[in-house]
Amino acid sequence: MPKHKSDNTSDTKPVKIKSAKKMRDLMTTYYLDALSAKQNNKLVAWITSGGPVEPLVAMDIIPVYPENHGAMIGSSKMGEDLCIKAEDMGYSSDLCSYARTDISCSVVKGGPIGGLPEPDMLICCNNICGTVLKWYEVQARFYNVPLFILDTPICHTQYSPEIAKYVRAQIDEYIAFLENVTKRKFNYNKMVQVGKLAFEGQLLWQKVLDTTAHRPSPMSAFDAFFFLALIVTLRGTQIAVDFYKELIEEMEQRSKDGISAVKDEKYRLLWDNLPVWYQLKWLSGKFSEHNACLVADTYTSAWCGAIKYIDENNFLDSIAEAYTRIYLNIGVDQMADQVLDMIKFYDADGFVMHSNRSCKPYSFGQLDIMNIIKEKTNIPVLMIEADMVDPRNFSQSQIETRIDAFMEIIKQRNH
Amino acid sequence: MIYAGIDIGSITAKSALIKDNKLLGTHVMLSGYNPLNAGIKVFETLLKKSELSKKDITAIVSTGYGRASVNFADNAITEIICHGAGAHFMNPTIRGIIDVGGQDSKAILLDTNGQVENFAMNDKCAAGTGRFLEVMAKALEVDLDQLGEFSLKADSPSKISSICTVFAESEVISMISGQQKRENIIAGIHESAAARVAILATKIKIKDPIMMTGGVAKNKGMANALEGRLGFKFVKGNLPQENGAIGAAVLASRI
Repeated sequence: MPKHKSDNTSDTKPVKIKSAKKMRDLMTTYYLDALSAKQNNKLVAWITSGGPVEPLVAMDIIPVYPENHGAMIGSSKMGEDLCIKAEDMGYSSDLCSYARTDISCSVVKGGPIGGLPEPDMLICCNNICGTVLKWYEVQARFYNVPLFILDTPICHTQYSPEIAKYVRAQIDEYIAFLENVTKRKFNYNKMVQVGKLAFEGQLLWQKVLDTTAHRPSPMSAFDAFFFLALIVTLRGTQIAVDFYKELIEEMEQRSKDGISAVKDEKYRLLWDNLPVWYQLKWLSGKFSEHNACLVADTYTSAWCGAIKYIDENNFLDSIAEAYTRIYLNIGVDQMADQVLDMIKFYDADGFVMHSNRSCKPYSFGQLDIMNIIKEKTNIPVLMIEADMVDPRNFSQSQIETRIDAFMEIIKQRNH
Repeated sequence: MIYAGIDIGSITAKSALIKDNKLLGTHVMLSGYNPLNAGIKVFETLLKKSELSKKDITAIVSTGYGRASVNFADNAITEIICHGAGAHFMNPTIRGIIDVGGQDSKAILLDTNGQVENFAMNDKCAAGTGRFLEVMAKALEVDLDQLGEFSLKADSPSKISSICTVFAESEVISMISGQQKRENIIAGIHESAAARVAILATKIKIKDPIMMTGGVAKNKGMANALEGRLGFKFVKGNLPQENGAIGAAVLASRI
């Protein structure tokens, strides 16, 4: 028999991460709370993944993330039907698959949880992309609810005083918007607590991701894609802080016990862009087959990448900068610098870039980043074309050949 | 000791045998529906031609899209690495490879030891592949093998603006009804396909000397169009289509 595929697959299953069950329970509780918000006289705000959620938490408004919902739709392989439904409604197949599935899901109430709870308001921050502007406008019309837009100009090279003033003023407008919608005064005292918890949560999330610098890595980026959900949805709460403390403990224990995410880890890779949600299992198996672990990625680290700009004692002032200078809202050179730092920190042997049909701001500039990385590190870089939710943009046999060839190159080099 | 390489491509299956670092022989046939049967047949036919039997073969490496189906091979290696090994075996000075096959086109960069340094492949689109040329040949009622000869007689290549194979085909059909010369349309088709492939070469910053491999390398019109785009002359290889199988046999000798 040839020594391909099945022969290289590990015979024993990797040791499962225990915290995963708790995480699933926490997410279930979170969605049940959100779905029953109306009965409990609570308001629901839909917010973009990179939006400042802390003022909502301080106002006791339940934040709900259409993008997190999109990831759930993708993971449960329900993306294709919902994308087609949106296309039937007249949306282009070139539109982001998160936007398409969210828009069509609102109409058909489909997806793994039968649709999100209806929003009382929409909070849209364009630090992650421009698509969200039109997407949230569509939803504001559909649900007939107020929409707040936080406009964060791209910081190609620096955070200028003009940008600082412009964005900071909008934070006050955001608070005024919340007061207006809820007919309640903003709770500045609670904001201080929430700000500290959000800051601590991000520090802890960074620490979780840092645990993969250990050889062999106790978890992989595929695990990080899963554990990410809490820092996105429950940022600013004690729940996220407590959970990540436990997760760090578990990871440190795994490292001590020599438990690895990938059996016989030999190669360490860095991933760029969103996950291919409907192919996580296949991709993870494919890399494991080559004894390769995706130890880190540019995506999950985006929820702690701007910590350095946050002043926990002056939270509202500092988040203007922190939310403006996130990974997707900076220049290509700065993005490449972050990738270079990660390659060094995690000691990566290769860099896998997902050119994501849906996510234009993430995929635009990848070729330049690829060239910078090649020039400065000499590690092999692979670009695969796919989509985060729409499986019609994923060609398994073509991607398999690319990954196999990429791993063969890495093996040759490390021979 | 004798080593075998088997390359199951999307359109053709190829086999090669190597003994004492010398090429013993090769065979090419259509892949057909069943990749395992194609592997068995292309291997056994070559053995027969070479007056050898299975027990004479020390090791076998399979490659190409059907590589995993060849269950009697000792190892399966991607066509990227095999084309690198094959080109280096045929000519150790080669640094760049342009491989245009049935459903893939790729540009490969080799280091001085013949190891693959980098590669780029076409995305999920048939433009710039052998299949693209096959569709066009059918529309023009020309034998695939004759495309090259025809295009060499062109005086003013037509301009194909669509990238998509399906749209390009309708463009070609409207050119036919517009009474454009067949030779010019074919030259235009080669230009269009070459433009797609050249992007891959630029992506990896390909280096001279370059060998063109894959079945499409036999098409002179396409090779000329690519040379024009890239500004390099290809090093002539005698067996471009069999290059992947030859590389697989070379790698079999290293198992």
